[in-house]
Amino acid sequence: MFALINFSYLTAAVCFILGIKGMTRPSTAVRGNQLAAIGMLIAIVAALLHKDVISYATIIAGILLGAAIGIWLARRTAMTAMPELVASLNGVGGGASVAVAASTWLHASNVGILGSTGWAVAIIASIIIGAITLTGSGVAVAKLKGSIGDSRIPKIWQLVTLVSLITVVVIGSLFVAGGAGNPVLLGVAIGFCLLLGVGLVQPIGGADMPVVVALLNAYSGLAGAATGFVLDNQGLIITGSLVGASGLILTAVMCKAMNRSLPNVLFGGVLGGDAAGGTQQDEGDFYAGKVKYATPDDLALLLDGARNVVMVPGYGLAVAQAQHSVKELAGELESRGATVNYAIHPVAGRMPGHMNVLLAEAEIPYDQLKDMDTINPELPRADVAIVLGANDVVNPAASEDPSSPIYGMPILDVHRARTVVVVKRSLSPGFAGIPNSLFIRDNSLMVKGDAKDVLQATTRAMKEL
Amino acid sequence: MEMFVLSFTIFILALFVGVELINKVPPTLHTPLMSGTNAISGIVVVGAIVSAGSEGTSPTLANLLGFLAVTLATINITAGFLVTDRMLNMFKRKN
Repeated sequence: MFALINFSYLTAAVCFILGIKGMTRPSTAVRGNQLAAIGMLIAIVAALLHKDVISYATIIAGILLGAAIGIWLARRTAMTAMPELVASLNGVGGGASVAVAASTWLHASNVGILGSTGWAVAIIASIIIGAITLTGSGVAVAKLKGSIGDSRIPKIWQLVTLVSLITVVVIGSLFVAGGAGNPVLLGVAIGFCLLLGVGLVQPIGGADMPVVVALLNAYSGLAGAATGFVLDNQGLIITGSLVGASGLILTAVMCKAMNRSLPNVLFGGVLGGDAAGGTQQDEGDFYAGKVKYATPDDLALLLDGARNVVMVPGYGLAVAQAQHSVKELAGELESRGATVNYAIHPVAGRMPGHMNVLLAEAEIPYDQLKDMDTINPELPRADVAIVLGANDVVNPAASEDPSSPIYGMPILDVHRARTVVVVKRSLSPGFAGIPNSLFIRDNSLMVKGDAKDVLQATTRAMKEL
Repeated sequence: MEMFVLSFTIFILALFVGVELINKVPPTLHTPLMSGTNAISGIVVVGAIVSAGSEGTSPTLANLLGFLAVTLATINITAGFLVTDRMLNMFKRKN
C-alpha cells in the first residue's frame, strides 16, 4: 500500500510537469491545466488511503470549507484584480505549509518520536519560509490594493528585518541542536518569522510589488518542498521545486526588465525616494508650455489616416477597466484597413503577464500582443502609438539621459513612432517619481483623461467621420 | 540520513527540470502560469490530510492545525485551478 501511495504521488508530479509543459503554448494550455488538476485529484485520493488516516470528518470539513472559499474567490475576482488574488494565494500556500509542519511536529512530539537532524532542519525551514510567505503576502496584497502606501520609515523596517532575521537564525539553530524537542523555541521562531515577513516587504515600494509577488510565489513553492522533506514525500519535493523554479524565473525576468538586481529591489528602499522632493519642484518648469494637448476628436482625425497603429497598455488601462474600449477602437481601425498591434512591456501592470490577460479578456487575439524585443524594431514604422496609462516604461530618459535614475532600463521606443499620443489622467510622475521627457517631444500629443472615456469618445468620433 | 540525501538529490534535479520547463512558457501566459503554480503548490494538502485525519479520538491541537492546513491548501487548489482555467479559456477562444 505504501508503495502504491508513493507511486500515486509520483504520478501526480508527472501530471504537474506535463501540465506546465502544456502551458508553453496558448492552444494547449487549457488541457495542461486540466491535466495538473487530475494529478492533484490522484494525490488527494492517495493521501486519503494513508494508513494513519483514521477519521475523515475533519478532512471532509476542511475540504468543503476550502473548496467553497476557493470557488467563490475564483468566480468573483475580476481580471484587473488578478495580482491581488495570486499574492493572496501565495500567502495561503505559505500558511498551509506552516500548519502542516507545526501539526506534524506536534504529532511526533506527542508520540515521543522526533526525527533526525535533517528532519528538524526541514521542520524549521518549512516554518520559516511558510511564515515569511504568509505575512509577506499579506503586506504585498495591501500594497497592491493601495491600502498601505510606501513606507516613510524604510530604515526602521530594515532594522526590524535584520533583528528578526538574526533571532530566527539563532532560535532555529538552538531548536535543531536541542533535538527539535522544545515547543517554546518553535513558537518564538514562528512569531519572529511572521514579523520577518512583514519587515521584508514593508520597506519595498508599491512599484516593485510585481517582483515581490513573483518572489513570494517562489517561496510558497519552496515552503512546499520543505514540507516534502518533513514528510519524506518525494512527490511534494518535486512539485515544490517546480513552483519554486517558476517563481524564481519570473522574479529574474521582472528584475531584468527593470535593469535592477534583486538585492536592489529588496533592500534598496523606494526608488528615487530621496530625490523625489527635488524633482517634484522642478516638474512645473519641466513641462511648462511644452506639452501639446489634444482632444479625442483630434485623435480620431489623426487615426483616420493611420495605417499602422500600436497600442501601449500600462497599469492605467487596468485601473480604468479600459480593455474592452481598446478592443472597440481597434475594431474600428481594423475595419478601415489599419493594422493594430499591442506593445507589452514585461513590467507593465502589476504582475508578469497582467496586460496579456486583460487584453485576452477583451477577446484581442494573442498574436497581436507583441513583447518588447519584437515590437521595438517595428515602432519607427508605426504611424501612431497610443500610450494608455503607461509612464516609466516609455520614458526615453532611460536610454538617453545617463543621470536619470531609470537610465539603462529597457523601454518601449514609442518616441520613434511618427506620432505618440499619451492618454493619461494627469502629468503626475510614474512610480519612479521622475518627469517623462516623452510628454514634451515634438512628435507627442497628450489627451488628458481616463483611458476608458478617451477611447470611447475617440471611437464615437471616428464613426462620425 | 540516506533518505535526506536522496530527497535532496530529487529536489535539485527537479529544480533543473523546472527551470528548463518554465523558460519555455511565453510571457503572454505568465499570469496563468503563476496562478497555475499556486494551484499545484496546494499539493501540501496530502500532508495536511494525514495531519488532520490521524489519531481521530479527541480533536488535539495537531488535528486542529491539520484541519486549518486542509482548508488553506484546498483554497489554493480550487481557486488556483479554476481561475487559471478561466484565464486560459480567454486565450484559447481566439483560434
